[in-house]
Amino acid sequence: MRVLRPLVIFAGLLLLWQAVAAAFDLPRFILPQPWEVAQAGWANAGLLAHHARFTVAEILMGLALGTTLGCLTALTMAYFRPARRWLLPVLVTSQAIPVFALAPMLVLWLGFGMASKVAMAMLIIYFPVTAAFFDGLRRTEPGWLDLAHSMGASRRATLIRIRIPAALPALTSGLRVATAVAPIGAVVGEWVGASAGLGYLMLHANARTQQPLMFAALLTLAVIAVALYFAMDAALRRALPWQAETDPTTDRA
Amino acid sequence: MPPPSSDHPLSVSVHAAGLTYAGVPLFAGLDFTLPGGQWTCLLGPSGVGKTSLLKLIAGLLEPWAESRVMGGDGRPLTARAGYMAQQDLLMPWLTVLDNVLIGVRLRGEDARAAAPRARELLAQVGLADRAGDRPASLSGGQRQRVALARTLMEDRPVVLMDEPFSALDAITRHRLQALAARLLRGRTVLLVTHDPLEALRLGHRVHVMAGRPATLDQPLEPAGAPPRDVRAPDLLALQAELIQRLAGAEEMAA
Repeated sequence: MRVLRPLVIFAGLLLLWQAVAAAFDLPRFILPQPWEVAQAGWANAGLLAHHARFTVAEILMGLALGTTLGCLTALTMAYFRPARRWLLPVLVTSQAIPVFALAPMLVLWLGFGMASKVAMAMLIIYFPVTAAFFDGLRRTEPGWLDLAHSMGASRRATLIRIRIPAALPALTSGLRVATAVAPIGAVVGEWVGASAGLGYLMLHANARTQQPLMFAALLTLAVIAVALYFAMDAALRRALPWQAETDPTTDRA
Repeated sequence: MPPPSSDHPLSVSVHAAGLTYAGVPLFAGLDFTLPGGQWTCLLGPSGVGKTSLLKLIAGLLEPWAESRVMGGDGRPLTARAGYMAQQDLLMPWLTVLDNVLIGVRLRGEDARAAAPRARELLAQVGLADRAGDRPASLSGGQRQRVALARTLMEDRPVVLMDEPFSALDAITRHRLQALAARLLRGRTVLLVTHDPLEALRLGHRVHVMAGRPATLDQPLEPAGAPPRDVRAPDLLALQAELIQRLAGAEEMAA
């Protein structure tokens, strides 16, 4: 059922799409039918793969950089109290600015290449990662800290051996959110100004009334985002086997 | 392997202890002695300050400036008291063996050299075959036995225990009391508990803490060496007296 259920959901959505397109007799340039999109995807497989490579690279680099930076910020705030007082307001303020509004600036400063998209993805995941990890670091079980203190542990040893491992489950939920939103950052960056990537291909196809290709690019992006999420989820489960089962679909409540 | 520290039991004296918690003075000018090599048990109503007194001795709470906690040798108790809480405080990401070794690692000492001793202590608490397992796969009693092995690994002359058996079922608790009495023999132990029978079974001295600011009464000193037989008539008579004292303490609190 675990494998079957996503397929059933996918088939259901496809059917719904077909039904809507047929029922309202929509023209091709508004909503192409699934088989037209499949045809366009098949015919342009090489083109899609070429652009997908850029988008995937942007997402992965953004994830790596944003996670690294977010973890470092959280650790700095957890370990140095003065840093907390200075960094926390900056962090909260930075969230008040809509990251999408920064996209034109990033393209202006970093150019039409991949750098501006990586920066965009990085910015969008920086806050969830930092907030989740910092929260985890702050909420160490007080009994563990008492125990460490009674054992004569230094602050550094307590951080490395107890507070960081204890905060990893919180970090993983931040990483799951980050993985889900990173593609948004990359694609928004591509829309604002780019010469490659699936977001760029969508705009390009739309302008040339190749709507089936635009939808094929969108579909490719969706497949990439879902695959990325499941890969991350599986990797995190493997990395923290001691963590309690947190699959929301098996909740009893 | 006899614990090296048991040859010279270390008494502990608490002098003029005062502590404010959430704006309320829990106790003030409290004097308290833990005789070397013996079990001292502390009973009292919830919230009277038993755990706070234990944490004060452990150096985990900041007492009033004039408070003094000293070893019988006149030196501070720092780094000579082990701590065992009601929760086992095992770390779910570490194996049973690594949990026993956590203190060694936290101090940056050689964990590989200490591993044989950790395995031996696990054997003493009957968990030699679970060394590689994670705590999640253990029962409550087994987890608390690992915590006991971890406490023994620290090899401190003084051991401070805060209701370590209270979350366990009656039979498991009974077994673990006997095990702890055996393995901690010769050490100076402070046991905070809410179970009168547990206190009478294990304690050389049994105090009741009552009032606000709290004071300690004259301790009961049951005859014979712990762990005592819980069926002995004189023990049950003492239990009746202790329950009466506790009821009196509850009234003072009300």
